[in-house]
Amino acid sequence: MADEALFQFLHNEVIQYIYKSSEHGEMENGRCITKLENMGFRVGQGLIERFTKDTARFKDELDVMKFICKDFWTSVFKKQIDNLRTNHQGIYVLQDNKFRLLTQLSAGKQYLEHAPKVRKHNGEKLTCQALFIPVQLSPHKWFSLPLSLQYLAFTCGLVRGGLSNLGVKSIVTAEVSVMPACKFQVMIQKM
Amino acid sequence: MSRQSNRTTDSKKMNAELFTLTYGALVTQLCKDYENDEEVNKQLDKMGYNIGVRLIEDFLARSSVGRCQDFRETADVIAKVAFKMYLGITPSVTNWSPAGDEFSLIMESNPLVDFVELPDNHSSLVYSNLLCGVLRGALEMVQMAVDVKFSQDTLRGDNVTEIRMKFIKRIEENLPAGDE
Repeated sequence: MADEALFQFLHNEVIQYIYKSSEHGEMENGRCITKLENMGFRVGQGLIERFTKDTARFKDELDVMKFICKDFWTSVFKKQIDNLRTNHQGIYVLQDNKFRLLTQLSAGKQYLEHAPKVRKHNGEKLTCQALFIPVQLSPHKWFSLPLSLQYLAFTCGLVRGGLSNLGVKSIVTAEVSVMPACKFQVMIQKM
Repeated sequence: MSRQSNRTTDSKKMNAELFTLTYGALVTQLCKDYENDEEVNKQLDKMGYNIGVRLIEDFLARSSVGRCQDFRETADVIAKVAFKMYLGITPSVTNWSPAGDEFSLIMESNPLVDFVELPDNHSSLVYSNLLCGVLRGALEMVQMAVDVKFSQDTLRGDNVTEIRMKFIKRIEENLPAGDE
């Protein structure tokens, strides 16, 4: 058994490392999220292999999602997902009201507010900017992601990797509305 | 803060595989980013150092360990308390130098390398080099400059994993580090 603190510190270092290497300019900022996500993906693949060693075959997609919410989440974050919702058309929303990797950050709005707003209203004050990472969604569209999202990218990958090894191809995104609660949205890609 | 203090130490245990695999993903990423193993080793050590300087606070707060009287006591605390607490193993402390300023931590198993095999083209990669950084960083925060390195590694065919630690000097407190 490893200690939780160790994983959290390691996770912080991984984020730090990925973002520092982007400062040298070889990489767009948005790709950091992708890189983190990919690392999570690989870890998720490995973990699910270990966790499902002795479980029976899953009946359907919902069964898989339930496993992720209960067993997988408990093994990794020591609690279950608090709320699972679905539109029965391949979109699932997993809500965690007290997400482990965010509990160490400020619970206020400090790391939450959207940067574009800050910039628009007082163009001179750029002090808040450092907290946000600009992400390019399309060639003409830049978004700034709140700092807290850095802390979710790895986990998004974790979920996607887990699902992928259970035969479910998906896209996983995350959003934070109130710290330290967050929602993971899983969009199943039909084969 | 006060909310967290009533959590037991047990609730802080978490899945070791998550840690092992995450570490593996990190090393993989580093190997992709850097061309030679030496650079990877250096980077791992640096990251370990960053972890160590933070981890020591967590450690001191949760264990009731006070200041160590000598290096032997330090060795004991590292092996029996710290390694036990964070990695769940207790390495043995051996090979003391006559002057008592150098010793080895022998690990029968290393939780960091649970699922790892080194490919042939990474012969000089010190896979668990993060640990050296952690030890160095943590000890530096308690005024001890220590040299830490792997001298044996099961990943490279040795029977055990050995971390060699050498006491360099005591760091003086209240150094006016450049500030007037």
